[in-house]
Amino acid sequence: MSDPTRLLVELHVERPDGFALDVKFEASPGISILFGPSGSGKSTILAAIAGLLRPARGRVALGDDVWLDTAAGIDRPIHRRHVAFVFQTLALFPHLSAIDNVTYGMDRARATRASRRARALTLLTRLRVGHLAARTPSTFSGGEAQRVALARAFAMDPRIVLFDEPFSALDRELRRDLASDLRAFVDELGVPMIHVTHHRNEARALGDRVILLQKGRVAAIGSVAELLPPDPPEPANPAEIPIQATRWARERE
Amino acid sequence: MAWSPLLLSFQVAFAATVLAAILGLALAALLANGSFPGRDLLDVLLTAPMVLPPTVLGYYLLVSIGRRSLVGSAFESITGSSIVFTKTGAVIAAMVGAIPLVVKSSRAALEGVDPNLIHAARTLGATSLRAFLTVQLPLARRGIIASLMLAFARSLGDFGVTLMIAGDIPGETQTASLAIYDAIQGHRDAEALGLVAVLTATALTMLYAANRLTAQRP
Repeated sequence: MSDPTRLLVELHVERPDGFALDVKFEASPGISILFGPSGSGKSTILAAIAGLLRPARGRVALGDDVWLDTAAGIDRPIHRRHVAFVFQTLALFPHLSAIDNVTYGMDRARATRASRRARALTLLTRLRVGHLAARTPSTFSGGEAQRVALARAFAMDPRIVLFDEPFSALDRELRRDLASDLRAFVDELGVPMIHVTHHRNEARALGDRVILLQKGRVAAIGSVAELLPPDPPEPANPAEIPIQATRWARERE
Repeated sequence: MAWSPLLLSFQVAFAATVLAAILGLALAALLANGSFPGRDLLDVLLTAPMVLPPTVLGYYLLVSIGRRSLVGSAFESITGSSIVFTKTGAVIAAMVGAIPLVVKSSRAALEGVDPNLIHAARTLGATSLRAFLTVQLPLARRGIIASLMLAFARSLGDFGVTLMIAGDIPGETQTASLAIYDAIQGHRDAEALGLVAVLTATALTMLYAANRLTAQRP
């Protein structure tokens, strides 16, 4: 009997455009960063784990629970994999309020409507967006939408969590804010999380482990310190310096 | 002026639109979401009523649901009346013209929904049917309602197929568009003008409403 929270992924995908993905890795509870340049196959891996894409050959299993085994003809449907998938676009349902977005993935057989809504509100409040419960996503700021998406992902009691660069549109401060909330939830759930990013800082702030991806292959697996060492010292935020310089120059005039 | 053709037209068009909505939406969902062998062929077959001559469509319908056909004789032995040359025939004639419109524009509306939203619903535990009913359908509703309005306007105006399979029986199958032809033939110009005006006004109103519905995004 293998560890029931250990995710095993083995995939071989060939896309019509000639790109080939050939990877094998494991992920245990905690945050594994899938790190690599764009086009290295990160999103394809997440889609295959969730069941949104069927690889030519492969195996995906959580402990002894096999979700996909092309050799044995096993391919569990998406809705029975219990994967919390947070998309780059967040994919909040635009026609539903925040609270209805959060309750969407909750098990309707296990809890009454009232208790599902109460739990959703607790989650939203904990993520500091309780005041948005009755509003629809078109009125949310970028950071607010992230928090609602986070609440929706964790409300479904996932067995694994997949993040496809949902923080890429946020500024640095918001990203750091969310990182600590995310970390708290993942620790609480005790499930594997795979977080795709190509931001080194984000990877360092969040990651327990790094899976380094290059051209559809796993180039290395290791700790964050090992694979993503701190950059040589540089100005805190290079983009801000010219602005300050011009402001200073303007004030002198 | 005789109003009965107009009343009949609205009854027939309403029934035809309801049937076209059920069949057309199911087919649109199949074409938008499913990948199966023969999908392109089905698409062509469903578009064909838009381009085939009404006489050709009428011929096919007579062969497949006429009194001597399997479907036609079964229908007659159950209900006691035939499909063709009755109001039922007029409804089917109007429906055949309306289905392509429902399928085409509903399919476009369904395909216009961000696939990630449907994927999100699926990962959140929704079966493909629940994802369709709770995410894709509500988000495509404007386009679908617009397509039903077009279908109603189209049903109201069918001439050729209705004539072929339902005939031109006053009070039974003589819809407004057939009555216009009849009135012109009989030099009853005022009667024709009245029917023309009502049909034109209804069609233009439907088109305008359908355009308004699809122009503004929620």
